[in-house]
Amino acid sequence: MELNTYAKNTWCPGCGNFGILIALKQAISSLVGRGIAKEKIVMVSGIGCSSKIIDYLNLNSFSSLHGRPIISAEGIKLGNPGLEVIVFAGDGGTYNEGISHLIHAAKRNSDITVLIHDNRSFALTTSQFTATSPKGFKGKSTPEGSIEEPLNPLKLMLASNATFIARGYSSKTEHLRDLIIEGVQHKGFSFIDILQPCVSFFNTYQLYNEKVYEEKNENLTSEKEALKKAGEWNYGKDNSKIPIGIFYEIQRPVYEKELLGNLIPAKRTKKVDFKKVLEELK
Amino acid sequence: MTKDYSILIGGAAGQGSRKAGLTIAELFSQFGYKIFIYDDYQSLIRGGHSFSQIRASKSKVLSHRKKIDFLLALDETTIKKHQADLDKKGMIIYNSDELSLKKKNVVGVAMETIVKKAGGTPIMGNTALVAAFVKIIGIDWETLEKLLKKELKKFQELNLKIAKEAFSSTKNLVKIEKLDQKPLPLLTGNEAVALGAVKAGLIFYIAYPMTPATGILHYLAKHKKDFNVKVAQLENEVGVVNAALGAAYAGARTMVGTSGGGFALMTEGLSLAAQSETPLVVIESQRMSPGTGVATYNGQGDLLFVLAAGHGDILRFVIAPGDADEACFWAGKILNLSWKYQTPSILLIDKEVSESTFSFDTGILDEVKCEKSLLWDKKGKYLRYKKTRNGVSPLAFPGEKNVIVKANSYEHDEFGITVEDEKKVEEMQNKRLKKFEEMRKEADKLPAVNVYGKKSAKKAIIAWGSTKGPAKEAAEKIGIKMIQPVIVEPFPEKQMKNALKGVKKIALVETNGLGQMEKVLNCYGIKVDKKVLKYNARPFLPGEIEKKLRKF
Repeated sequence: MELNTYAKNTWCPGCGNFGILIALKQAISSLVGRGIAKEKIVMVSGIGCSSKIIDYLNLNSFSSLHGRPIISAEGIKLGNPGLEVIVFAGDGGTYNEGISHLIHAAKRNSDITVLIHDNRSFALTTSQFTATSPKGFKGKSTPEGSIEEPLNPLKLMLASNATFIARGYSSKTEHLRDLIIEGVQHKGFSFIDILQPCVSFFNTYQLYNEKVYEEKNENLTSEKEALKKAGEWNYGKDNSKIPIGIFYEIQRPVYEKELLGNLIPAKRTKKVDFKKVLEELK
Repeated sequence: MTKDYSILIGGAAGQGSRKAGLTIAELFSQFGYKIFIYDDYQSLIRGGHSFSQIRASKSKVLSHRKKIDFLLALDETTIKKHQADLDKKGMIIYNSDELSLKKKNVVGVAMETIVKKAGGTPIMGNTALVAAFVKIIGIDWETLEKLLKKELKKFQELNLKIAKEAFSSTKNLVKIEKLDQKPLPLLTGNEAVALGAVKAGLIFYIAYPMTPATGILHYLAKHKKDFNVKVAQLENEVGVVNAALGAAYAGARTMVGTSGGGFALMTEGLSLAAQSETPLVVIESQRMSPGTGVATYNGQGDLLFVLAAGHGDILRFVIAPGDADEACFWAGKILNLSWKYQTPSILLIDKEVSESTFSFDTGILDEVKCEKSLLWDKKGKYLRYKKTRNGVSPLAFPGEKNVIVKANSYEHDEFGITVEDEKKVEEMQNKRLKKFEEMRKEADKLPAVNVYGKKSAKKAIIAWGSTKGPAKEAAEKIGIKMIQPVIVEPFPEKQMKNALKGVKKIALVETNGLGQMEKVLNCYGIKVDKKVLKYNARPFLPGEIEKKLRKF
């Protein structure tokens, strides 16, 4: 299945995004094989290196504003709930600029899949700290080192009632492929934080290769277990091991189904009975 | 002497003055009168002072007037605040349990006693006052009873008991003549906007609560089934506008509503709409600004903001209806225009239009149609931003077979891939500039300017939005012309200059402090000789404009 467009790839050689792209393409091939029509897939991206991914793939796409792909994706899903909507955003856009949309999408259990290319910095703007940068991060706006402790996005997602919470690593492409497939197939809000080294500004390959380990969680419906796993590593400079895998998965009513019922707004055909409306006005 | 009554009913917030006012207006409407209700309320839930000022007239009215014929006071504060505006022959109907008035032309109603005797709650005092008033002006019990039965869903029996008691407790003093005119339904501007949009094919309404636009959200949410629409309240205005763009990209006709401060948060979305060529309709209902301003009161200070909002070269539709009929028609029209040209557009109204109640001409709805958008002909490869003769690219939506729809917030090529190449950038800008030309031509063909008053006059008032009402009335009284631009962008230069033929002196009337419309007019060489500005968060009254321009 030819998924490439003619767009020239502009990621730095060795960028973690390449690993994510490989995993994504494999996941899409698999999903299409399992019955999802290619034309039903919509990629929604924000702004940054990660977001360029939609130029590279021959799929429906909506390039949104910085911090807004999640809420744009919800709008698309509400417009046509038959679409399979996947968000590609960075940690900067999602945990800084657009954090309110992340929380509410999770809270509502909107049926979209959110993939965060988490390189823990603003890279395209040549290196500033974000919400998941460790304290002491030396970027252009914090040359002496950032004075802020990072946020743990997995804990945030648990607190926001997300129904699918996972973390992956761009170098472990097969593992990531499977996470993406599970995430898309999950009915409800799927969140995957993908650790992604940035060769130019925050090269974490060595750190992650040492510390990252695949965790096969047994009890996926336990909030307590999920919180424990999520808290093993807090995105800081601590020396802990970093678990990846699915940490939490439950089912609860999906926002679009609850709001729309069986209506597909983009395909609404039933006309309004204006005679009746006018009668009631009188 | 034309039949024209001015009735003010006031009380503390929570005493039900608005509902009472609406009931009185319904009765006059049934008697063939044309109605306008000005609703004045503060930014609180209980206490303070709120009132409705009703105008019931033989001919259509779009404004209340200063002098009051009947002052209905649910509390003493109402009398204190408004008795100075009472007409010489004006009458006060008041709560005689609270106070005793020793003047001419007053009627006390033992509101609280009547309510207590019937076993009701304090708010039902408004039913007693209304019923007494109805008796005073000579309307029969059966008419009142029928209306109350229709209007009151809760505690109907109790309210009817109170009404009957109050009705019997007083006598007929004035005879309100029944007019031989067909009664019209009463609607607020917000409701009219909702109806017009629904008629034009609205499927989705997304909003965050903000006065004075919230009425649209409530009305559509309440009538979801009747209108076959869906309504969503999202986390903030930034979310609202971005979700609306997503829904439009997916193919659903969507609208959002807010006030100035909320629109400020939406401006990035407006810019995204322009770049990605996604239809976006924003209802901006102004309050007195800047900042949080005076939340529940009147202003027209967002004009320049709305014209310039959104970074980049953007031509958008800005349409400013002046009353409920216009709000209905243009809400429908702007939705169609937005989808025809795949462009952001703003329906600029204000508290006076949004929340005042008007007699509504249902015939307007017949003029609103759901116009089809330009759709892809399914030939060849689909290009979202295909270069065409007039700059408008055919639409297709994600999910259709053999179609890839790529919408982009970055500058892009025809397929929708991001570009930085100077040739490609210029090409796409040119495409959009061509589209803007089409939009200008379209605006020229629409009824963009209304002209009232003495058509041959050498002096003219220019007024827009809700100021149309009082300015029209004043112009007709003085005997000069009144010109109302309804479409403000693309500016209807030809139609405006046509309307101004023979006019030697122009007065601009609006409710803001900088004379914002003057700047717009100057762009097209239209010079204003006098500015009549009001910026105390209250709408103009016809008498005020009359006074300022009589010697103009």
